[in-house]
Amino acid sequence: MNKAIITVVGKDQVGIIAKVCTYLAESSINILDISQTIVSGYFNMMMVVDTAGAKKEFGSVSSDLENLGSEIGVIIKAQREDIFDMMHRI
Amino acid sequence: MINFSEVMETNAMIEKENLDVRTITLGISLLDCIDSNLAECCRKVYDKITRAAKQLVATGREIEGEFGIPIVNKRISITPAAIVGSACCKSTKDFVKLAETLDAAAKEVEVNFLGGYSALVSKGMTQADRLLMESIPEALAVTERVCSSVNLGSTRTGINMDAVRLMGSIVKQTAERTADKDSIGCAKLVVFCNAPDDNPFMAGAFHGVTETDAVINVGVSGPGVVKKALESARGKDFGTLCETIKRTAFKITRVGQLVAKEASKRLGVPYGIVDLSLAPTPAVGDSVAEILQEIGLEYPGAPGTTAALALLNDQVKKGGVMASSYVGGLSGAFIPVSEDQGMIDAVQAGCLTLEKLEAMTCVCSVGLDMIAIPGDISAATISGIIADEMAIGMINQKTTAVRVIPVIGKGVGQTASFGGLLGYAPIMPVNRFSCEAFVDRGGRIPAPIHSFKN
Repeated sequence: MNKAIITVVGKDQVGIIAKVCTYLAESSINILDISQTIVSGYFNMMMVVDTAGAKKEFGSVSSDLENLGSEIGVIIKAQREDIFDMMHRI
Repeated sequence: MINFSEVMETNAMIEKENLDVRTITLGISLLDCIDSNLAECCRKVYDKITRAAKQLVATGREIEGEFGIPIVNKRISITPAAIVGSACCKSTKDFVKLAETLDAAAKEVEVNFLGGYSALVSKGMTQADRLLMESIPEALAVTERVCSSVNLGSTRTGINMDAVRLMGSIVKQTAERTADKDSIGCAKLVVFCNAPDDNPFMAGAFHGVTETDAVINVGVSGPGVVKKALESARGKDFGTLCETIKRTAFKITRVGQLVAKEASKRLGVPYGIVDLSLAPTPAVGDSVAEILQEIGLEYPGAPGTTAALALLNDQVKKGGVMASSYVGGLSGAFIPVSEDQGMIDAVQAGCLTLEKLEAMTCVCSVGLDMIAIPGDISAATISGIIADEMAIGMINQKTTAVRVIPVIGKGVGQTASFGGLLGYAPIMPVNRFSCEAFVDRGGRIPAPIHSFKN
């Protein structure tokens, strides 16, 4: 397993999750967990995904998602889980 | 599993509070490049650096992309050039040729600085050491990315006052050779007492002779993150204050540890140390001075500043050593003037003086750093400033350094501008009473009594 965290932050609108999930499905990236909230009109989502079977290098997945984010008008980041694990777990 | 708020906290640190990895520095030993023929030595040096560091910048970018953490600088440190050139450099011109080779290699592999145009003369100078030191003004004027450092003393050996006298004049000459650019050459030149072998930060980085062939050292930063965390401790007691700094330093250092391990794995080079320094930049919100203000000072320089800096430096170290198995380099809080907007403001408000900065260097991680002084200050006075700082390091068994910039043609009230990460600095007044007879004595200051621990 190769876990990564995808975060989406921005103004809420129709189809954000759909677009992100479509991209992930097309890239053979499995979603393990999704949590999402809307705080005063702002969309906040975090996904835990497994990139072990991904068709692309992690670097290009990350930049594809960033581009997808700017098309939709939200900020999308994909980061390896290790950075959060290192910082918040001993 | 990692939760939402933890992810948001990390990303807020990166996006809003300027958390970054300040540098990945690849240390390269050039001992095997030593040759009695200058051209051959330069060829070996160029080949070794460009071969060893070929993937450094690309690997740094890869890690940035995958973990979402900016890695601001990718740099190289080398074996002190006075040793590398000792067999073939018979004049200052020969050493300048070596410096030009280093600059060309740095440009080829696209690193922004290469450190190690250095001499270690804490007890005595070899002929090669002296030639290298005398070549520094020319070398820093004709190269762009080469950084130079000289270790002038240590707790074990005392202070080499002949070298201190020489460096006062070298600093002045370096300023004169780059007078058209606000004496920027001096921003790439630092003198040390107790210089560490594994410091990844410029201008003082070099690859010590006790190190292996190649090694990855990582410098983390994040004064903005500490400042933000301390906002939650306003009005609370010192116990809470210290705990908050320590926890934050831990988190920051963990990121450095991760990046160091990844870079090491991908480059196939062992990882040396993480340097957990709070290194400010001129950007707003990336300032050590702002941390001192958050602790409760109107400006750095106010009474209480030395105590506040002492606790900050100590808590950063305590948090950091928990987070990484190998901590080294300078590790603590840097207090450069030109690279920290809050420090510049304190100088301009008349709160921070050179003398107070000197007191602060007794408890910070390095020393008098990036301080612009009037261009007409004499070489002897610069040597006097250096000697004071070396003495603080020697007696307190800590690293101290001096990187002052006598800005030729400018005086107090004016500003020197260096651009980029180096920032700008108001020119600070210097005590004008003479120390010439003291500096001219020559010889060595013996090692202090507490150096005899055998």
